[in-house]
Formats: sequence, C-alpha cells, structure tokens
Amino acid sequence: MLSIGDRAQRFELPATDGQEHAFPADGRPTVVVFTCNHCPYALAWHDRIVQAAQDYDGADFVLVNPNDAERYPADSFDAMRERVEQDGGWPLPYLRDESQEVARAYGAKTTPDVFILDADGRLRYRGAPDPDYEDPSLNASWLREALDSVLEGEDPARPETDPVGCSVKWK
Amino acid sequence: MRVELLWWEGCPSYERALDDLRAALAEQGSDPDSIEVRHIDSDEQAERERFPGSPTIRIDGEDVVAPGDGDPIGLTCRVYRLRDGRSSPTPDPADLREAIRRVHALDR
Repeated sequence: MLSIGDRAQRFELPATDGQEHAFPADGRPTVVVFTCNHCPYALAWHDRIVQAAQDYDGADFVLVNPNDAERYPADSFDAMRERVEQDGGWPLPYLRDESQEVARAYGAKTTPDVFILDADGRLRYRGAPDPDYEDPSLNASWLREALDSVLEGEDPARPETDPVGCSVKWK
Repeated sequence: MRVELLWWEGCPSYERALDDLRAALAEQGSDPDSIEVRHIDSDEQAERERFPGSPTIRIDGEDVVAPGDGDPIGLTCRVYRLRDGRSSPTPDPADLREAIRRVHALDR
C-alpha cells in the first residue's frame, strides 16, 4: 500500500483503446484514479475528473477499473469498452486491472480513489476528487489543488483526504 | 404504512438515504421513526429479499424507484437518477415524497 512520499511501482495494463498503457509516466506527474462503471459515486465524479484531464497538459491521467467482473458484470472489460464507445471515446485511457494487483499495490479502497504521483513517481496526494460528489461546481478542486502544487514542485497543502465511494470489489 | 430501508455496507449511502427518508416521512405527516432498517450482508439474503442494491427503500412492499428489468439482484450499489438528470447514490427526495403521498392517497 502506498503512503505519501512512497515511489509507485511501474505497471502496464490493457485499456479500452486496445493499447497497453504503462504508468506512472517517465518524468511527468501522473494522476491515477481507481474507478468503475457501476458505482454511483464514480459516475457522479466522472465528468469532473475527465475535465481535469483535459485541462492539465503537464500531467498524465489514467483511470483504472479493478472490480471483480465475475460478481459485477457491469465492470467487465467488455462493459468498459461499451461505455467508452457510447460516449464517443474518452480523452484519457480506461485501464482494466483484472488481477487487482495494481489496486492492491496502491491500497485503493473505493471507487473513485485518486492518487497523484510527482514526476519521480512519488505519491503526493491521495483521496477524493473534491469535498462533495453532489456538487459539480466543485470541479475536482482537491485534485486540482494538489496537482497545481505538484506541477510547481511543491508539496500539496492537503496531501490526504478520505476517499469516498463504493468499496473496491475484491475477488 | 410499512416503510423499509434495505442496505449493504459496500455503499456509504445508507445514512444519507435514511436521513432523506426520515425527512420525507416527517414532511408528509408520517412517523420518521417507523422505518424498518434491514442490513443485507450475503448473496443468499440478497436473493431472498430480491435486493437490487443499496440503498433500497420500499413502502408497503413497493420500491420507491422501481429498478430496471435487467438490473441484477445482489450486493451492489444502486445508481439513482435525480430529477435534473444527474446520477446519485440515493433517490431524489422528491421521489420519496411522491411515493409517500401516493400511499397516503390510496389509504384514504
């Protein structure tokens, strides 16, 4: 499980775009968000996270779905592909963590659960995207605030918040 | 009027749903402490209760927001649609009030 300051292991996972994506990125901050298809909290925050990915050229964003698809078919790789296709494509990769190895290595608890790594791959923020899933105007403010600090080479003022969402569905 | 709230601990929406339901009952002149709260903690219990996910609120046995035909039974989190179109872990309070009003009207 990653703690603030720990360096993340590099993983490579398949994405809905048919490519394998390695992360964290070399020499760039990376935002890793564990998320899924079936959780109402993940759905409520989704657009805000996508908007942040579009707004930050200086960082890589990846979405990772670790849920057990046997018990939760809405989170199968096929269902992930269908969702992205229905949306006409997403501006960030949606990765499948079938073995749940990545979620375990990070210590992901919920969907969503946000991890921000600096350019050295060290964890600088972990928690919720913003204080309230119900309020789109918050615009992933905690994520943005932490990422702004990381891009300026500073430690985020708020390195940890409580992740809020559905529990990760372990096998 | 029998009011049930069924929940599972994999979704943190239970307390919010209970608060909203209590407020809706009080607003409609019903006893907010009359809610039967039931914890669902196994697939077998979910099957037995025909539990489509957490939270599920039933009034006189009828779901306040009927699940879709294809929605599976089991330990999962429900996705509700608010009246403004947003996704939510809990029903729109207006849907709760409407369901309670409907039952009151039938009781008269």
